[in-house]
Amino acid sequence: MADTARDPPPEHTDFQELEDAEDLFPEPVTTQESEPASLPAEDISTNSNGPKQDSLFDDDPEDLFAEATEEVSLDSPERDVLLSDGPSPAITPITPPTSVITPRIGLAHDDMFTHSSFDEIEEEEGGDSFDIHISVSDPEKVGDGMNAYMAYKVTTKTSMSLFKSTEFVVKRRFSDFLGLHSKLASKYLHIGYIVPPAPEKSIVGMTKVKVGKEDQSSNEFVEKRRSALERYLMRTVKHPILLKDPDVLQFLESSELPRAVSTQALSSAGLLRMVNKAADAVNKMTIKMNESDAWFEEKQQHFENLDVQLRKLHASVESLVCHRKELSVNTAQFAKSAAMLGNSEDHTALSRALSQLAEVEEKIDQLHQDQANADFYLFSELLGDYVRLITAVKGVFDHRMKTWQKWQDSQMLLQKKREAEAKLQFTNKPDKLQQAKDEIKELEGKVQQGERDFEQISKTIRKEVSRFEKERVKDFKTIIIKYLESLVQTQQQLIKYWEAFLPEAKAIS
Amino acid sequence: MMEEVKEVTSPLSVHSHNIKVSEVLKDGDTLTFLIVSQKLSGTGEYHVDRTYDDFEWLQQHLFSQEDVPGIQGVIFPPLPAKAQVNASAKVMKQLGFLGLGEWQPYCKALETFLRQVAAHSILSKNNAVEIFLTSSDPPGRQRARKNIFNRLSQAVEEMRKEGHKDVDEFFQTERDHNLVLTGCTKTAAERFLDVVLTEQKIAVACGHFSAVLHLCVEPGEDPDKQAFTKACVKLSEVFDSMKKHMTSVAENNVSTLGLGLDLESRYQEAEKEMLFRRTCKLVELETARRNAEKAKPVKKAAMEEVKKAAETEFDHICQVAKKEITQFHSVRVEMLQQALVQWCEKQLVTAKENADQFNQHLQAFRGMA
Repeated sequence: MADTARDPPPEHTDFQELEDAEDLFPEPVTTQESEPASLPAEDISTNSNGPKQDSLFDDDPEDLFAEATEEVSLDSPERDVLLSDGPSPAITPITPPTSVITPRIGLAHDDMFTHSSFDEIEEEEGGDSFDIHISVSDPEKVGDGMNAYMAYKVTTKTSMSLFKSTEFVVKRRFSDFLGLHSKLASKYLHIGYIVPPAPEKSIVGMTKVKVGKEDQSSNEFVEKRRSALERYLMRTVKHPILLKDPDVLQFLESSELPRAVSTQALSSAGLLRMVNKAADAVNKMTIKMNESDAWFEEKQQHFENLDVQLRKLHASVESLVCHRKELSVNTAQFAKSAAMLGNSEDHTALSRALSQLAEVEEKIDQLHQDQANADFYLFSELLGDYVRLITAVKGVFDHRMKTWQKWQDSQMLLQKKREAEAKLQFTNKPDKLQQAKDEIKELEGKVQQGERDFEQISKTIRKEVSRFEKERVKDFKTIIIKYLESLVQTQQQLIKYWEAFLPEAKAIS
Repeated sequence: MMEEVKEVTSPLSVHSHNIKVSEVLKDGDTLTFLIVSQKLSGTGEYHVDRTYDDFEWLQQHLFSQEDVPGIQGVIFPPLPAKAQVNASAKVMKQLGFLGLGEWQPYCKALETFLRQVAAHSILSKNNAVEIFLTSSDPPGRQRARKNIFNRLSQAVEEMRKEGHKDVDEFFQTERDHNLVLTGCTKTAAERFLDVVLTEQKIAVACGHFSAVLHLCVEPGEDPDKQAFTKACVKLSEVFDSMKKHMTSVAENNVSTLGLGLDLESRYQEAEKEMLFRRTCKLVELETARRNAEKAKPVKKAAMEEVKKAAETEFDHICQVAKKEITQFHSVRVEMLQQALVQWCEKQLVTAKENADQFNQHLQAFRGMA
């Protein structure tokens, strides 16, 4: 389990959300196991919503739950201690030892569910309002041949105290972004957080760049990727939990980043991912969940519908973009032929007018290109992003199903063990009986944990979906306004061109 | 019902400048055009309906005026290619701009043809024009006499004459110039047509996007869902506007510059034909001169006669041709200027309308947020 950063940053996130968070907690603890920190217990318990499932960032939750049941019981004061664990934001996460897995107890505590929702916690956020702007720029080719790669400048401007300074720049390559996403996904996806998907790989696109083809299509590819990376980072930091993740902070701030090799498509890790994805798909089909919560059923249907609609829209826009590009090409061709006509023309005024016509058409061509870019970068890419985001949303719902399944499995196993124990009662095997009783106790813990996890992920998902829906509306509205502004601007330009040309046309006599 | 076309020339009884092809009617596979012309004397109109075959009849009669001196020096107003309902792709390509817009541009082209014919000092005198424009009965559908203008019948070796060196600098220059212009104009017209066709495709794509957006209505009272639905509906309206905008732009392009380039292109071809006819006559003349020189005394007189006839004919043609060319130069400049000015004006109006509309949409959206 050491392959992903094991830090419990979400923990400290929760505490960030409290007023004067820093005052409450001691300096960062490096071994986070059960070192009690001095904190006023009452403060913690009032925020019993605080401990979230967030630190259950483990590929292998079974072990995690096991530790949890062993170490702490529900109402012990140690719970509060554990809740306090968490480094301060400025810590650069290193791969901590496996024992650092902080058990999340107290999840099923009643207090937690009396708090209406996590939204309350977020409203209690003191400290910074969201003010951060990230730009990805200046793509630069580094190296030669097939080992070459594009390095991008990532500039962050912010007033949030989360960061060491207000403006900083780092250089990152594409695999760094993939690495970041991979870490975030492994930490947060399975507990119900919608982690924005990373931009897609493109072997064809990158090969062209590596090979050194400096043509328009490879430039377009780089620009498309640059824009996608920027959108990806902005979406990630807009998420209040992800923003505070040390991996994210490290990505934005630290000048050196360990190379993320396991993101390569054809590496062994890549192949493993593909196998796991296939296995997941099969599992998904076999899980038959008894949905007791109508909200989830409705939402899943909603996202299915949305997925279909967005794909349709995306296809429609792509067709539009394609035609616009065609129009640009045709306009340029026409401009050339008009210029030739002007050159061959005897009549001076007509010749000049035709040459002017050619120039106007060239300018209009530029407008068409700008418009095509607007169509593409504003709509097409947005829709593409959302199609991928919805896939992440669906993934989160699937994780909930898996969590439910696990809980059910534990319950069934417990049932079996109890039956076996009952049988053993009538045999004279005290050792076996004791073993059975121990196993049952263990399983009871697991079942409880499973139920808590399920409740937790359900709660997280509700919050996430609500946030997602709000963001979606905001995103679309922003884009639409940008698009309309570009349309208005294009028309104004067009008017200027026509007004300039009219006297030339009239001057022919 | 056939009317004998008397071989007398008489002045046309209608105005040339306001002949209108006001309507086109589809009857199965046939297109019928309604032509309205104003009487010269008093107030009154002629309304006739004609098919394309009738236009061809007219053209054939104009071509076959062998007794008009120098007729071969006339630049004949070009008749558009035949329009067909459910035309094949090949025919549509040949028609170019004229095949678009539900035959409106085509009607305009026919109208221009008639006006040019009626305004032509030589051609308007042919009785066929009067009959065509005024007779309530359709003109005769009989096969016109074979005439000198059927290029198809010209032997292949005649094509070599196209490059024959001229004796007159004026004409040599004109021929060279015409060759270049014909090519350039044809290319420009074709490229402009490509632009228009793509604009139409964009209009369709906008319409499609608008339709899909309209389907993005999400039921429920959830405020986020309602907000999203509202945004989609509004955006759908925007793209509907864009569709209308593109359609207008394309229509403007066709009805002004498109038609202009099309006419210019066909007119340049017509001039080319005339120049070729003259060149052929020149070759004929030079041959006649050589024959007359080399003729044996017994044939000499006859050859001289032939030479004299050829010289006269050639002179007539050159006279007419010079006038025609000068006329042509000023008419085409005027025509192109009109096309360019109209084009610019229409696009300017459309652009202003669209800027307004997009602005309105923008304000509405801002108000929503």
